[in-house]
Amino acid sequence: MDGRNKTVDVRELSSVTVRFAGDSGDGIQLVGSQFANATAVAGNDLSTLPDYPAEIRAPAGSLAGVSGFQISFGDDSVMTPGNKPNVLVVLNPAALAVNLANLDKGSVIIANSDAFAQAALDKAGYKTNPLEDGSLDNYRVIAVPATALTENALRDSGLQKPQVLKCKNFYMLGIMFWMYGLPLGPTKERINAKFGKIPGLAEANVRALEAGYDYAETTELFDARFQTRKSAVAPGKYRNLTGNEAAAYALITAAKLLKKKLFYGSYPITPASEILHTLSKHRANDVVVFQAEDEIAAMCATVGAAFAGELAATGTSGPGLSLKIEAIGLGVITELPMVIVNVQRGGPSTGLPTKTEQSDLLQAVFGRHGESPLAVLAASSPADCFTTTLEAARLAVKYMTPVIVLSNSYLSNGSEPFRIPKLSELPKFDLPPLPAPEVFKPYQRDPVTLARPWAWPGLKGYEHRIGGLEKAEGTGAISYDPENHQKMTDIRAAKIAGIAREIPPTRLNGPEAGELLVLGWGSTYGAITEAMGEARKAGLTVSSAHIRNLWPLPPDLGAILKRFRRVLVPEENTGQLRLLLRSEYLAEPIGLNKVQGQPLNSDEILAKIREVLGK
Amino acid sequence: MELKLTAKDFSSNLPVKWCPGCGDFAILNMMQKVFAGMGLPHEKYAVISGIGCSSRFPYYVNTYGFHSIHGRAAAVASGVKLANPDLAVWVITGDGDGLSIGGNHMMHAIRRNIGLKIVLFNNRIYALTKGQASPTTQPGTKTKSTPAGSIDYPFNPARFAVGLDCTFVARGLDNDIAGTTAILERAARHNGTTFVEIFQKCVPFSDKEFDPLKDPATREDVLLRVEHGKPLVFGTKKDKGIVFRGFRPEVVSFEPGQTPPEVAVYDETNAEMAYLISGFSQPLLPVPVGVFRSTDKPSFEQLYYDQVRNVGDTKGHELETLLAGPDAWEIK
Repeated sequence: MDGRNKTVDVRELSSVTVRFAGDSGDGIQLVGSQFANATAVAGNDLSTLPDYPAEIRAPAGSLAGVSGFQISFGDDSVMTPGNKPNVLVVLNPAALAVNLANLDKGSVIIANSDAFAQAALDKAGYKTNPLEDGSLDNYRVIAVPATALTENALRDSGLQKPQVLKCKNFYMLGIMFWMYGLPLGPTKERINAKFGKIPGLAEANVRALEAGYDYAETTELFDARFQTRKSAVAPGKYRNLTGNEAAAYALITAAKLLKKKLFYGSYPITPASEILHTLSKHRANDVVVFQAEDEIAAMCATVGAAFAGELAATGTSGPGLSLKIEAIGLGVITELPMVIVNVQRGGPSTGLPTKTEQSDLLQAVFGRHGESPLAVLAASSPADCFTTTLEAARLAVKYMTPVIVLSNSYLSNGSEPFRIPKLSELPKFDLPPLPAPEVFKPYQRDPVTLARPWAWPGLKGYEHRIGGLEKAEGTGAISYDPENHQKMTDIRAAKIAGIAREIPPTRLNGPEAGELLVLGWGSTYGAITEAMGEARKAGLTVSSAHIRNLWPLPPDLGAILKRFRRVLVPEENTGQLRLLLRSEYLAEPIGLNKVQGQPLNSDEILAKIREVLGK
Repeated sequence: MELKLTAKDFSSNLPVKWCPGCGDFAILNMMQKVFAGMGLPHEKYAVISGIGCSSRFPYYVNTYGFHSIHGRAAAVASGVKLANPDLAVWVITGDGDGLSIGGNHMMHAIRRNIGLKIVLFNNRIYALTKGQASPTTQPGTKTKSTPAGSIDYPFNPARFAVGLDCTFVARGLDNDIAGTTAILERAARHNGTTFVEIFQKCVPFSDKEFDPLKDPATREDVLLRVEHGKPLVFGTKKDKGIVFRGFRPEVVSFEPGQTPPEVAVYDETNAEMAYLISGFSQPLLPVPVGVFRSTDKPSFEQLYYDQVRNVGDTKGHELETLLAGPDAWEIK
């Protein structure tokens, strides 16, 4: 890196969006995540979004088989993986065909030109080679014969040709590292850690990476390299976490704070399975992972583990939540603490299993038979999956109730830097007081929280029976008494409603009152915040608020809604929060509703803000 | 010091609400006696049930108990056992609860050999919902849901469990106090999943179902009491035995006390023999009771916790170290 190419100017950008795309078998997710880690280590804020097909391996080279990984990085303005990429890196023609429509004219396309042979062009529906036929004249196309260059760089590596060819993704990655001035060192270490077990493979990938970097530096293909502004984030120790990883670490943290085991009962389902995988890696840390035979069993085992006195949790996605619902009702009537992480995806039924949506809100809040209240929280960013899941666990044990955490595909697979908290910064966990055995009654409640005491098998003197039948208040004996059922129904509702006292004041971004409030929940946080920044730059007066507590709703929300003439609720569903706001506050919000399996982006929100304001 | 408890210590003193004459009373008494004899204190028991008449059971024993939801007892109990393997976890279920709505959980609990003591009360009817055909209702039986007679082929619960390689499978009768208590005692001491099917009388809906097996005048001629290491001999005069011609069982008769050497000696460790014997039915063959299968295999919870002890790459990590992982960076 001796700066041989002195003529290249270095331009500084506040943020940039890069999309890697190729065939499912091209290792796109791997290079994307390596690129994300490198940008983080370089001090950027970042946000990522993998976008992969539902089929594990669609036919090679087909449009259906295109896998993508988008990352936006730079200074603090980075809140989402970006609307449209500034740079598109494509490893085959299908990846270009799928992504070109989402590219602004003038954007950069870096393509492996060796992959644009006739057979591959046919599969992507190209009659002629777009790299050569002039159809991309409005873009800055950089064609790199990466397959041949990788083969050349690895000619004496001793690896077989198929293995050599697999390294071309790292060659392309090396080009991107040069383009954004990223250090190679930490990534080389990671490659060694990941591939070290297979002789020669780690070395080959490192060489491909370096060769790509050197190629970019030496060649005249590039007239500029870029540097992004570093983020002014709070000092501390950071790591990059996906939403699913963050939820998993929150569950471990909650169990440690409670000095209990974590029990995680789960059944594999996209896009929640990474929680199961992450926790399975940490079983030696008092994490009990039970892969059940089905969603129902996963939920029932979670209820059983809660009865047994451990911190119990499960994770699932929409269809799985539907299957779990009867057993969640059992958790409600037995008043046992448990956390249910629901990673929403496109529905109904199997729907769009790998795509994102926010359409399980009403299922989470109301989707049980009988009067069956519980608490529902929603995470707003990948790292916020940690805070929100931890809060869910705290509420679950304090109020002795199931708590549902709503994440979604976008948050679960997306990643961002997560500041590792110090123990002293973590919330305090309180269990309901356990009276002496002589005076213990299973349903005698704490007068403030209305939580019943938690006594688990193994505790001497507290032997008792619970179950799905209605309980007599206090003793917990079976009761068919009409007055008692009314009373218990009211108490269960009051207990959950009382969680509102735990909710901090709703933070308003912008004026306290006025013409327009944009009210969001869950994964739209980044896009709304970006749109707000743009709106302000454009001189528009608008406020926004984002709520974590979906049930019960924040106690100050009704009053806030009344202070604005109009309320806009962007949601990735057909208006589920709007329905809640109407029923709870007689509010008449305006919806911005998108159900396309893709997240709402800031452009769409800004356009709607302009439309509502008539500006 | 050894804990001295009696069956009475395990009574919850709640009024028991089964119909007069129900076979469940006898099973309850046997179970309380077996619990008392184990030397385990009350708090170490967790008795988990599903839904149905039998699933009322946990309310009547003075232990920790959980009356869960229909069909899910084995799944709830699996969570309890894996969370706290020190507990004695009993699952009380019935033919509808355990084999129809809960068949999947039953099958997988047995497959894992998780340490659940499953007792399936088989009265061959849905009794709590007042008399519909269950998966063990015999062909031709007229019930409210099968007024012209059931056409479903029924499950044979014991054979179902043997087929799943359950490490302990037995069948008892609700009125055979000595025999069934002995079975339950062995189940209580077994490591891994135990499956005990108990033929149980339901007075309102299947009153006569097991009468031939219970009438003192006739029962010894239709009942085969299976015992490990003993010849398969039955009959009021002990004058009949089972001979296997290849895989085909046959009844042979002989003078009492003159058991011919060709009469099979039962081996409860032999899965194939357990499969053949658990399939015996009237009128050609006697109905077997006793322990059909007992074999040692590490339980799921043993394998789980042993594995965790041996793969402890992050074991004992402080929370902050655990959260930081290998890739953290510092921003000053």
